[in-house]
Amino acid sequence: MSDILEMTAVQLGGKIKSREVGVAEAARAALGQIRAAEPVVHAYVTVDEAGALKRAEEVQKRIDAGELTGPLAGVPVAIKDNMCTEGMLTTCSSKILYNFVPTYTAEAVRNLEKAGAVILGKTNMDEFAMGSTTETSAFGVTKNPWNPDHVPGGSSGGSCAAVAANECFYALGSDTGGSIRQPSSFCGVTGIKPTYGTVSRYGLIAYGSSLDQIGPIAKDVTDCAAILEVIASYDRKDSTSIPRDDCNFTSALQDDVKGMRIGIPRDYLGEGLDGEVKAAILAAARILEEKGAVVEEFDLSLVEYAIPAYYVIASAEASSNLSRFDGVKYGLRAKEYEGLHNMYKRSRSEGFGPEVKRRIMLGSFVLSSGYYDAYYLKALRTKALIKKAFDKAFEKYDVILGPASPSTAPKLGESLSDPLKMYLGDIYTISVNLAGLPGMTVPCGKDSRGLPIGLQLIGDCFKEKNIIRAGYAFERSRTYESPEITRNAQTGENNMYTKENLTYVAGDSKQAAGYKTDSIPGDSTDRITDDAVGSRTVGNAESRTGSTADIMSEGNAGSAAESTGKEAR
Amino acid sequence: MTKQYETVIGLEVHVELATKTKIFCGCSTAFGGAPNTHTCPVCTGMPGSLPVLNKQVVEYALAVGLATNCGINQYCKFDRKNYFYPDNPQNYQISQLYLPICHDGWVEIETAAGTKKIGIHEIHMEEDAGKLIHDEWEDCSLVDYNRSGVPLIEIVSEPDMRSADEVIAYLEKLRLIIQYLGASDCKLQEGSMRADVNLSVREVGASQFGTRTEMKNLNSFKAIARAIEGERKRQIELLEEGKKVIQETRRWDDNKESSHAMRSKEDAQDYRYFPDPDLTPVVISNEWLQAVRDRQPELRTEKLARYQAEFQLPRYDAEILTGSKHLADIFEATVALCGRPKEVSNWLMVEAMRLLKEKEQDPEDLSFSPENLAKLIGMVEKNTINRTVAKTVFEEIFANDADPEKYVAEKGLAMVSDEGALRRAVEEVIAANPQSVEDYKNGKQKAMGFLVGQTMRAMKGKADPAKVNQIVRELLAEA
Repeated sequence: MSDILEMTAVQLGGKIKSREVGVAEAARAALGQIRAAEPVVHAYVTVDEAGALKRAEEVQKRIDAGELTGPLAGVPVAIKDNMCTEGMLTTCSSKILYNFVPTYTAEAVRNLEKAGAVILGKTNMDEFAMGSTTETSAFGVTKNPWNPDHVPGGSSGGSCAAVAANECFYALGSDTGGSIRQPSSFCGVTGIKPTYGTVSRYGLIAYGSSLDQIGPIAKDVTDCAAILEVIASYDRKDSTSIPRDDCNFTSALQDDVKGMRIGIPRDYLGEGLDGEVKAAILAAARILEEKGAVVEEFDLSLVEYAIPAYYVIASAEASSNLSRFDGVKYGLRAKEYEGLHNMYKRSRSEGFGPEVKRRIMLGSFVLSSGYYDAYYLKALRTKALIKKAFDKAFEKYDVILGPASPSTAPKLGESLSDPLKMYLGDIYTISVNLAGLPGMTVPCGKDSRGLPIGLQLIGDCFKEKNIIRAGYAFERSRTYESPEITRNAQTGENNMYTKENLTYVAGDSKQAAGYKTDSIPGDSTDRITDDAVGSRTVGNAESRTGSTADIMSEGNAGSAAESTGKEAR
Repeated sequence: MTKQYETVIGLEVHVELATKTKIFCGCSTAFGGAPNTHTCPVCTGMPGSLPVLNKQVVEYALAVGLATNCGINQYCKFDRKNYFYPDNPQNYQISQLYLPICHDGWVEIETAAGTKKIGIHEIHMEEDAGKLIHDEWEDCSLVDYNRSGVPLIEIVSEPDMRSADEVIAYLEKLRLIIQYLGASDCKLQEGSMRADVNLSVREVGASQFGTRTEMKNLNSFKAIARAIEGERKRQIELLEEGKKVIQETRRWDDNKESSHAMRSKEDAQDYRYFPDPDLTPVVISNEWLQAVRDRQPELRTEKLARYQAEFQLPRYDAEILTGSKHLADIFEATVALCGRPKEVSNWLMVEAMRLLKEKEQDPEDLSFSPENLAKLIGMVEKNTINRTVAKTVFEEIFANDADPEKYVAEKGLAMVSDEGALRRAVEEVIAANPQSVEDYKNGKQKAMGFLVGQTMRAMKGKADPAKVNQIVRELLAEA
C-alpha cells in the first residue's frame, strides 16, 4: 500500500489505466493514510469514506467499460472546503456554514468528476480563505506535515498538507492573494494559480471575486499541468470565464529552458527576506541558468503598494460577498434573538471568526460614502498600475522568478497575534492576483530546521506554459521529498482513530440530510436548521452578454453573445 | 393662504421587463408560480453562484432609451447596492449607479398650456427582489424568491413636472412607449410598473427647490393623483405654519388617503455601492446599437399620424385606437383582413369600448381574434345580418371570441330578405293595427315607423330593415 501512496497523481492514473492498481485500492490507501495522519495533521473538515468507496466502484466500472480514459481517472482527490459539492458539507471552515450542504457542484469539481476523480473529502482552510496559516478555521488548526509545531500556510493549508502527508494524491485549492502558492511553499508541494478566468469560479464561495482563482496542488509540475488541463474550461455561468484554446498545458512539460528569459525582481530579494530562503531561490535560479536560461535581476517597482491595494480591494469585495450569510436561508441562525436586525446581528456575530469580522469591517469602511474615492478607487488605480508594471516586465522576460514567501512556515500561533505582519507575508504573491497573472510554487529545498522552501515562478497572462516549462526543467534537477509522517502510513493504516473535529459523512450523497455532522463548533447544542433553498441547474433561456475575454480581446461584450434559445426547464 | 406655491415633481419609475427569463439566471419570470419554484442557486443567493447578464434586458433598456431620446453609455457597468433585507437573498441588489445604460433623455407630454418636455435623468437596469409574506397565524415571515432577479429598468425623471395632471400625462406617455416597444405590459395594479413620487413645494418665482419627500406605494394613476394632492397640501401647511419639510420617504395609504413617514434622511442607509466584480462591463458596439435602432417598432406618435393619413381616420378615432398598443394591433390586423378602416374603427371605438367600460376592463384585456371581427363586418356588408343582430353577435365575439358565421347559423339569426315572407308579416301587422293605418292616412308619419318596428319585432329582428320599410310604404299606399 505504501508505494501507492508515494505515487504522483499521473503515475497512479497510469497504474489504474493499466489495471495494476484498482480504483478502490487507491481510495482505500488514501483513506487509510487519512486515518493515520489526521490525528496529527487535521487537513480535512469532512471525509466521505463511504461515498469515496462507492464512487471508486462506479469509476472502476466506467474505466473497465472504456468510458473513462483520462490520466486522472480513478485518482482520489481532496477539495478545499470553499468549493460547493452537491450533497456534501461545504463549510468554508466557518461556523456560519457549519451545516451547509450545497444543492449543486462547483464547475471545477464537476470537471474533475467528469474526468473520473474520486472525492475523498473537503479540506480545512482559513475561514472564508482569509488568513495565511489555516489557523482562522472554525474547525481547528491544520498542522504542517513536516513539523506539527508549524503552520501549513494558508488559506489552502488543508489541501497542501493533505498532499504533503499523502492523505490524497492531489487537491484543489483557491488563491486570492497567494492561498495556493504560499502553503504549497510551506508544505513542500507544487501548486498553480492560473490566469484569472481560466478556471470557472462558479461554485467557489467567493472571497475577493476579482482575485479568486481555483488551481491544482500536487506533488509535481507534471501533476499540476495535467490537473489544470482538466479543470480549465470556459463556463457560461461565470461572466469572468475566458474561452481559451491553449489549455494543453502538459505539452509544456519539457526539460528545455534554453534561451528562456528569466527576471528576478530586486525588490523580491531585499529587506525582510529570510537568508536561507534567499539562498535557495538564487540556487534555483542558477540551476535554470545552467540549463540555458538567461537570468537577470531587474526593478519591478510598485511592490510596496500591492499589499494595501490588495487588502482594500479584497476586503471591499468580501464585505459584500459575505453579506449573504445572514441566518435567513442557510447556515447558522442564532438561537435567541429579538426581531430581524437582532437576528442578523447575533447570527453574524456568532458565526464569523475575528479575522473575517476584521476584513468585513475594513471592507465596509473603504466602501462607505466619503471614503470610496480615497480608498477603493485609489486601490483600483494602483491595481491597474501594478498590471502595467508587470506588462513592462513581460516585454523583457518570459518568467519572473522569486520566493513565494519571505520565510518558511512560522510556528503555530505566531502569526495571529500580529495580523499586520501576517499580511506583509503575502508580499510576493499578492501582486500576481492583482494583475491576474499565473503563478506557480515549486519546492526548492529546506531550511536548517527542515522546513520546505518554495520557488515562485510568475508568467504573463495566459502564459502558464512558460512557468510550467521552467518549473518542470527545475524539478528535473531534484527529487520529490515527502515528510516523515508519510512513512508511518503502514503502522497507522489500521488505526481506527476518529479525531474529534473530523467529520465522517454517512452514506451516499443522496442522504444529504442524514449527515452525522458535528454540533456547531464551540457549541454543545443540536444544529438548528437543515435548510437549503432551491435546487436547480442554471440554464440560459435568453443569451447572456459578455465575458472577460470579450473585454480583454475585442472590447465588445455584446456581439459575442449569441442566442442559445435553451429553456431552463 | 396668502402666498402662491408651485409644486415640483420628479418621478422614479420602475418597469418590469417582459423577458422570458430573469436578468442574471435562466429562471422563468412567469407571474404566479408556487412559491420558490422559479428559482435556482443564482436568484436565491446560494454561496458560490454567479450572475450572467441576460442580453434581452440590455436590448429592452436600449429600446426604451432610444425611444425617450436618451444618450447611451456604450460602456456601462453594474454596481452592487448593499443593504440587509430578507427579500434580497444576497443582501445586495445588482443595479447601476456609476455608469447607467441611458442618460439625459426627454419625452413630450400634452398639457393644457401646450406641449411640454419632461427630462429623463437616466435609465438603469437592475434586479427585482423577492416577496415577503408575513404569516400572522404562525407569527413568522416567509420569503418567495420567484420575483427575485426579475429584470427591471428604473427611469429617473428630472424634477420637471408641476402638477398631478402632468405626472399622469408623463406616466401615460412612458407606458405607451414601453408597451409599443413590447418591453413591458406596464400594469400598475400588478406591479409591472411602479412609480415613486419625489415632491417639493416652493413659492412661485423662487429659484431654489424646496426640501423634497419621496412617496412610495402608489398602485394606480388615481392613487398617484391623490397622493400628489395630499402631499402638496401637507407640505404647504407645514410651511405656512412656519415649520420645515423634512427630507424623508413616506408611504401612501390610498384607503386612508394619507401618508406616513417610513424613514428620514438621517437614517438613510449607506449602500456602499461598488462595481460588481462578478459581472464584466457591458460594451455596446455601434453595430449592436444600430441593430436595436433598426428593430424599433412604430411608436404611438408615428402611428397616430399614419392612421389619419393612410386610413383617413379622424384624429379622435386615431387617438383612441393608438391609446393602447393592443387595440391598435387588433385594428390593424382586422383592417388587413377586411379593409373598411372606418367601419373597423367604429366597432372598436363604440362597441368594444362600451363593453370594456361595462366590465371595468382595459383595452389590454381584449381577447377576441381580428378574424372574427372581420367576418362580422363582412356579414353586415353582405347583408347576411342586419346591424341590430350584428351588435348581439359582437357581444358574443367580445365575450367568447365566437365565430360569427357559426353563431349566426346556430342561432338562426341570418337576415330574412325573402319578399313573400316579409310581405306576409307586414300584412299581418297592418291587419292587427288599423288605428296606426288610420293615423298614417291622417298624416302622422310616425305611425309608419311604428308599423316597421312591429314587423321587425315579429321577425325577431332578423328582417332586412330596408325591405320592410319599402313593403310597409307600398301596402300603406294600397290600403
